[in-house]
Amino acid sequence: MEALLNEGGTILAAFWMTVRLTAVSALGSLVLGTLLTAMRVAPLASLRATATVYVTVARNTPLTLVLLFTGLGIGANLGLELSDDIATNNFWLAVIGLTAYTSAFVCEALRSGLNTVPVGQAEAARSLGLGFVKTLALITLPQAFRAVVAPLGSILIALTKNTTIALVVGVAEASVRMRELIETYGDQVIEIFLGFAAGFVLLCLPMGLLFGWLSKRLAVAR
Amino acid sequence: MFGRSLFAVFAVVAVASGCGGGSESYASIVDKAKNDKKLVIGVKADQPGLGLRTPDGSFTGFDVEVAKYVAKQLGVEPSGITFKETVSANREAFIEQGQVDMVVATYSITDARKQKVSFAGPYFVAGQDLLVRADDTALTGPEALNGKKLCSVAGSTPAQKVKAEYAKEVQLQEERTYSACVDRVLGGQLDAITTDNVILAGYAAQHTGKLKVVGKTFSTEKYGIGLKKDDTAGRKAINDALEKMFSDGSWTKALQASVGASGFALPQAPQLERY
Amino acid sequence: MTYANLYERPGPRGVRRNRVLTALVALALLAVAYVVYVRFDEKDQWAAEKWTPLLRADVWATFILPGLAGTLAAAVAGVVLAALFGLVFAVARLSEHRWIRVPAAMVVEFFRSVPLLLLIFFAFFGSFVLIGVNISAFAAVVFGLTLYNGSVIAEIIRAGVLSLPKGQREAAYAVGMRKGQVMRLVLLPQAVKAMLPALISQFVVLLKDSALGLIVGYDELVDRGLNGIAANFSNVIPAAILIAAIFIVINMALDRLAHRLGASSTRRSASSARRS
Repeated sequence: MEALLNEGGTILAAFWMTVRLTAVSALGSLVLGTLLTAMRVAPLASLRATATVYVTVARNTPLTLVLLFTGLGIGANLGLELSDDIATNNFWLAVIGLTAYTSAFVCEALRSGLNTVPVGQAEAARSLGLGFVKTLALITLPQAFRAVVAPLGSILIALTKNTTIALVVGVAEASVRMRELIETYGDQVIEIFLGFAAGFVLLCLPMGLLFGWLSKRLAVAR
Repeated sequence: MFGRSLFAVFAVVAVASGCGGGSESYASIVDKAKNDKKLVIGVKADQPGLGLRTPDGSFTGFDVEVAKYVAKQLGVEPSGITFKETVSANREAFIEQGQVDMVVATYSITDARKQKVSFAGPYFVAGQDLLVRADDTALTGPEALNGKKLCSVAGSTPAQKVKAEYAKEVQLQEERTYSACVDRVLGGQLDAITTDNVILAGYAAQHTGKLKVVGKTFSTEKYGIGLKKDDTAGRKAINDALEKMFSDGSWTKALQASVGASGFALPQAPQLERY
Repeated sequence: MTYANLYERPGPRGVRRNRVLTALVALALLAVAYVVYVRFDEKDQWAAEKWTPLLRADVWATFILPGLAGTLAAAVAGVVLAALFGLVFAVARLSEHRWIRVPAAMVVEFFRSVPLLLLIFFAFFGSFVLIGVNISAFAAVVFGLTLYNGSVIAEIIRAGVLSLPKGQREAAYAVGMRKGQVMRLVLLPQAVKAMLPALISQFVVLLKDSALGLIVGYDELVDRGLNGIAANFSNVIPAAILIAAIFIVINMALDRLAHRLGASSTRRSASSARRS
């Protein structure tokens, strides 16, 4: 227990980093995932193909490699510098990597959500004179979102856990802190693990409950 | 039903994953070398100049040469040696489990580690240093790092030490591997890498003319050969072998061949610390 | 699958407009590719000496194939054990006895919430304190993969059983089967079949996750392949591209398998959105 008590402040700071990574990446993934979904159902074959290839690649590459590509590929080689401060720069690179990866899953979920929307909805929208963008944005996507609240919750929880892999681009979040503590307090491995595990349970469990409740509340009655 | 088969499979996995170790257990590495004419030696696999797995499957580097020399003195020919990759995190575990007979892998002798394993040597005294681009004349030591960007490998304390003791304004970048650090320094995105000078020299030798070791060490790391904790006879035999390697010139030759191309100033052989 | 209902079939003007837009999209993609090409070129990433090693037979024999073998070994062991773990805990969570159901639910929820990386760290560094033996990196990776994916699989199977019509269970009881038999002979086989696509998706996740073994020095594709090659030829980016391509090919093959199974299975599977 000593390790957890002594280092309480730094552990909280590490978890705060986990929360920030999760929150920003979740927002990014939602936006990019929605955009990708729109691209995948767009009238333009080139847009559909681009999105399909992107989703296939992002979904099937280990996150470790995705983050390595953002860190070394985008960061070091494309020379994208988001901040002069290394820590801030790494944070944003991690966000880019996590977003790039997670948005592919959001896209898959949303696409299956679109499938649950009855054809008549879109047909009715078109008969009112709405074009593709308006049909999608005003009629079908909102219903699709309501249908996939639960899968989106699962993706958010997975994202929370995946932030631990951000150590690949040098972001000091909870898993880095846990490893350092294990190295310093080698005799208290179990307490340290349970402490950090409890932190993640505290983050993930309420999310699961919230999304379970939301999915029931928002379900489209048909 | 499922429970029982689950345990059965777990047991199989546990055995298959090598909890058992070698076929026969000897009290000392000396006996094993003498009777079996075979040794399993843990080395690094991803550090050029020290321990590197090459495409033909063999290992090269200074650590590897030291291991071969010591093995030979114990009566094991190179053909009887199996090199096994170890990483910093698993060296003690490998020795304790008997997965390797000894470890020669940039393994610093520390009191904490002596609780779990014993050390022969040191066979090399390294020191923390900096690796910079060859045309960089401004970075002459850790004090000059203020406002610069310094790379180190994740989970290593050296970088923290630089920040705490020499340059408060330095920015630290942690990477997974030194290769990644080297990439970033060569690309001009970061300014320096810090770790033990001989490790850095290995990279400088790999990128002759592009990278250089600053050559101002600011710590002392004594590399030892790790073996089972209670193997006093083995420790003595290995120390004798090292003594011979220092005196007959093989030590200098091995070091020169491994990292000499970096322009790294080769030190004298260290003083053994027998205990 | 078509989404033609989202827009009208384009007329002559629409076709022309779409062609122009397609050209613009292609141009934009080309521009991005060009920028990447030039920037990477400035850093010498396209230099032949960084790429040619990837074609050498000895590089494959020493780094890539052993790494692939390590990845597959961990994945196969992980799949078998995670499937067993999942079956056991799915059944336990469906038990009529509170004292079995509640602890099983707690175990599953716990391991669903803890990141895999933490589990692997814990197994690797904690095994000595816990059981007096240091376990190998392989065992640590398999331990993590089993608990993490096993708990997800338990939930998938449980959802599968719950989705079966009540009549199945009732009919089985009616012909005189006992509780265990109903579960084993009637409910589980159907649930597993219905959930096969979701299960295979989870196995893809498991295969990708085995890459985390590099954290404890397990000899898998990222550690041995990528890092091993990069240490020799300082070509992190080219090696990473190759390794990623290998993962993508394997996972796409598994994905295709999942689709084929999904198409052949008559039952519509419940939402099989993959968990990342």
